Amino acid sequence: MSRRARTVLALAALGALAGLLTWAVTGLPGSGHPPGPNARRVPLLLARERHVANAVNGVTYDLRAADSLGEELILFAAALGAAVLLRTRGRRRSAGAGEHSAATSGALRAFGAALVAPLIVLGSYLVAHGQLTPGGGFQGGVVLAAVVLLVYAAGQQARLRRMKAQPAADVVEAAGAAAFALVGLGGIVFVGALLANFLSYGSLGALLSGGTVPLLSVVTGVEVTGGVALIMLEFMVGEW
Amino acid sequence: MSVLQLAALAAVTVSGTAVALVRDPLRQAIVAGVFGVALALLFFVYQAPDVALSAIVVATVAVPLMVVLTLGRLREEESEGEDEG
Amino acid sequence: MVSVAPYLVAAWLLAVGLWGAITSRHLVHMVLSLGVAQASTYVLLLAIGYRNGATAPIYGDVKPGVPTVDPVVQALTLTDVVVEATVTAVLLALTVQAHRRFGTADPDRLGALRG
Repeated sequence: MSRRARTVLALAALGALAGLLTWAVTGLPGSGHPPGPNARRVPLLLARERHVANAVNGVTYDLRAADSLGEELILFAAALGAAVLLRTRGRRRSAGAGEHSAATSGALRAFGAALVAPLIVLGSYLVAHGQLTPGGGFQGGVVLAAVVLLVYAAGQQARLRRMKAQPAADVVEAAGAAAFALVGLGGIVFVGALLANFLSYGSLGALLSGGTVPLLSVVTGVEVTGGVALIMLEFMVGEW
Repeated sequence: MSVLQLAALAAVTVSGTAVALVRDPLRQAIVAGVFGVALALLFFVYQAPDVALSAIVVATVAVPLMVVLTLGRLREEESEGEDEG
Repeated sequence: MVSVAPYLVAAWLLAVGLWGAITSRHLVHMVLSLGVAQASTYVLLLAIGYRNGATAPIYGDVKPGVPTVDPVVQALTLTDVVVEATVTAVLLALTVQAHRRFGTADPDRLGALRG
């Protein structure tokens, strides 16, 4: 099919899709009045029974923890897929690394070096306080993985190789995924249902509140850090 | 439905259209970063700070980085192909 | 009419993202347009869960009992955002491999995938 024919067909089809969607959407109740009981009941349930202050993380790691298990396994598989696709037939990588690191400016190196420690602290804070403030494993994990990006931007690729960053990211990611599954099995062992909340609930607003919610948040943070760092390392440093 | 929400929705619409219409991939990476920030603003205005946090971190750090690195690799491989003949 | 504005924005983003993917001339452009189509689902989900005049579902200085927005759709959206970024990474890796294999990143000129 020629390009012009494809463009015309796409316009017609997308126009029909947009028309159908507009017709469907104008029949909905407007935004601002959610139809179900979730908005009224779920945060109160989480605060009173599970003592979790951040209802979104309570939902992610307790009420719908099986969804999060699936999502982080998607992340695991995606990191695996990106690694497999990018690791084939490297030809001239080791020669090029030295030239690259000489070309970054002094300001970039200084900023990169200065920001690594605050980023690690910020990422760890986000992961650990997921049940109290906005944050949690997914967000904090990506912030921690951005530390690897910072080291690369500061021109320290050779250091990343010497530190064996890629195998370390592999191990960290696998450990996180396995730990999530183990906590799920712990739910079966102690309570009788997968990913049931089996630790003590603590009190609302304390650091260790919510049972397995902070535990799963930390575990997810570990896994997301490993996965995203692995993907970034595959793109940046290339073949081993 | 406040003015802030309508403004955020307008920003998302405009930058989303721009992402699809800009053809050059390198420029599109920058526009995609702007789209991510507009999305994060929309999420804040809709009272979703967790989602806004993920949107900021992902759409301004991870995605433009990967796009720029991919384009760099594609360019390297093209110049390598010319060297080898 | 104004209260269905977010749903209309979601429909528009879907259509525009698909348009960009269909008429694309570079695989990386196609991947980013698909990202716009993904964002339409985030807008739709959050608009469904929103409550007029309510606040974020996080109890800190806000005491339990104050009206909040729906946390379930927010949980779905936030895991979605991070995971779709990694799926974008896989698509970009496929782009690199396709370029290696066929010498071009133009989707119209890619050959068939052979086993």
